[in-house]
Amino acid sequence: MIPKFEKLTSRAIPLPIENIDTDQIIPARFLKATERRGFGDNLFRDQRYAPDGCAVPDFPLNDSRYGGEILVASHNFGCGSSREHAAWALFDYGFRVVVSSFFADIFRGNALNNGLLPVEVSERFLGAMFAEISANNNAKFEVDLENQTITILSTRCSERFEIDAYKKKCLLGGLDDVDYLVSLAPEIEAYEKNHESFRNHES
Amino acid sequence: MGKTIIDKIWDSHTVRTEDGGRSVLYIDRHYIHEVTSPVAFAGLEKRGINNAGVRVARPAQTTATADHNIPTQNQHLPIEEEQSRRQIETLAENCAAHGITLFGMGHPRQGIVHIIGPEQGFTQPGMTIICGDSHTSTHGAMGAVAFGVGTSEVEMALASQCIIQQKPMSMRITVNGTPPAGVEAKDIILYIISRISASGGTGYFIEFAGEAIRGLSMEGRMTVCNMSIECGARGGIVAPDDVTFDYLKGRPEAPKGADWDAAVERWRQLVSDPDATFDKEYTFDAARIQPMITWGTNPGEAIAIGGRIPASADRKPLTYMGFRSCEKLIGKPVDYVFVGSCTNGRIEDLRLFASLVEGRQRAANVTAWIVPGSKEVERMAREEGLERILNEAGFELRQPGCSACLAMNADKIPAGARCVSTSNRNFEGRQGPGARTHLSGIAVAAAAAVSGTIENPQRIFNR
Repeated sequence: MIPKFEKLTSRAIPLPIENIDTDQIIPARFLKATERRGFGDNLFRDQRYAPDGCAVPDFPLNDSRYGGEILVASHNFGCGSSREHAAWALFDYGFRVVVSSFFADIFRGNALNNGLLPVEVSERFLGAMFAEISANNNAKFEVDLENQTITILSTRCSERFEIDAYKKKCLLGGLDDVDYLVSLAPEIEAYEKNHESFRNHES
Repeated sequence: MGKTIIDKIWDSHTVRTEDGGRSVLYIDRHYIHEVTSPVAFAGLEKRGINNAGVRVARPAQTTATADHNIPTQNQHLPIEEEQSRRQIETLAENCAAHGITLFGMGHPRQGIVHIIGPEQGFTQPGMTIICGDSHTSTHGAMGAVAFGVGTSEVEMALASQCIIQQKPMSMRITVNGTPPAGVEAKDIILYIISRISASGGTGYFIEFAGEAIRGLSMEGRMTVCNMSIECGARGGIVAPDDVTFDYLKGRPEAPKGADWDAAVERWRQLVSDPDATFDKEYTFDAARIQPMITWGTNPGEAIAIGGRIPASADRKPLTYMGFRSCEKLIGKPVDYVFVGSCTNGRIEDLRLFASLVEGRQRAANVTAWIVPGSKEVERMAREEGLERILNEAGFELRQPGCSACLAMNADKIPAGARCVSTSNRNFEGRQGPGARTHLSGIAVAAAAAVSGTIENPQRIFNR
């Protein structure tokens, strides 16, 4: 089972930086845990904290003006390493939605597999969101998965986002791919029988 | 309409297609390592089929190695760092419990997962291959559809030998002509990424084609495909040919005898049809490529070694790297040189590095880490006399692992220090908090190692 996602109304934290890679989201030295929880403490570690461990005051996650379950980031979010720890860290910190004008492929898939919704919007809408937060840090946004819309509540300015039909069904129902794939075992075995030549080197 | 090589492999591995177009994709070979697998195994165990959990469906098709967090010195001793040791122990326990072959630390077949796959012959043309590591794209050099996945998908593959993925769009990158002498595979791929950007391949799977790609050795093709992910592409592939078959023949896991002949005949069909269309095409001229180096904090921020940082360079990477726009990199002092990783940690890389530094001395201000990609590479480097050459030049051959590429172990570059690195990512903090990474090929790294500054290898080595 993955956490269900239907609709969220929340404030948002702005992170107007391009090409945020997964090494920045969760540096490799924190990947040593053997379970999924606890990564939120080290989310954006090297930008959130100075080397002496003190919080960097103007990093948005440390800025008391901002809060909420939506992270709004610039172009090409989640590039680089495939570490799913990046999605776990964002979820563990409390984010349920990441908004960007462009997501890296592997991050997008990892987020969807963990109940964290990646919402890809146009550069124009992204700019409008940053402007809205900058004008009013209590501004609220509504993300509606069923209708695939994201709305700036004060202006009712709204944009439709795309999501794969299969993953949408999974998120709305909290369904997980592993149980589904295990249920396909007879079909997978039939496939294997028909494609022996691809694996004829297997013992 | 004709099919691309990617279509041919993907379609023949599609068990079924879901609403919306996602494929249930059959995986021929699954590689796992200590960092991205423990949560997947824990997930399997939690699943309640009569409270017994879910078994690994096809353990013989999964191969495990320890590489990401292990030390590159004193591997005969227990790992000092507790969490790293725990991850390695967890991997061993999981493999034993599920009947998966493990090449653990010190095993003669151990190494970086993307080095040992091809080296041991597990990776073969026409296969679908995944691993919880984005540089799984490396295996595409053998003519396989290979790509990195997250831990949830590792769990899916363990449980069912399948994952659910949308087929990527197709891109062909053709590199025509012959590169100038001294230009390496690494320079070709850094040049390509600098031209199409660090996100230019996102959503695509790339076929690399053209005379300059065909002219590369298997090792060189692996370097190119390895960095497909650095332009955002899921993977890269080179159609298999005699270079591929010559490399694979006789390797421990390769087919033998009549099976080999039948396999080669089948693999020769793995080419894009002449009338196949790609969603996107780029063409480059190899003659224009020079030794490359990155100046910024993503792999697309690269220039020819003698060039200047662009006037339009962003302030953030410039500040992090300690540069101004329009500056040259030549002459900048270097503190560290790292030779290794799944990008440039193969025997051919060590041969080239040794041949360049032979008879010279490491610059006194440079700390150099020369890390073989596998035990097999380490053994060959020793037997071929490369280790002796390195030692005489003031270098030390360490033990295999991912090392300073991602700095999960003790091999970290200190804050503010400048490192010329043959690895694949120059992200902020990648090699340690505050570390300044310059990606390059072997010759640029060798020139920095003996000069103590960033230099043009063509000038330093007169070649």
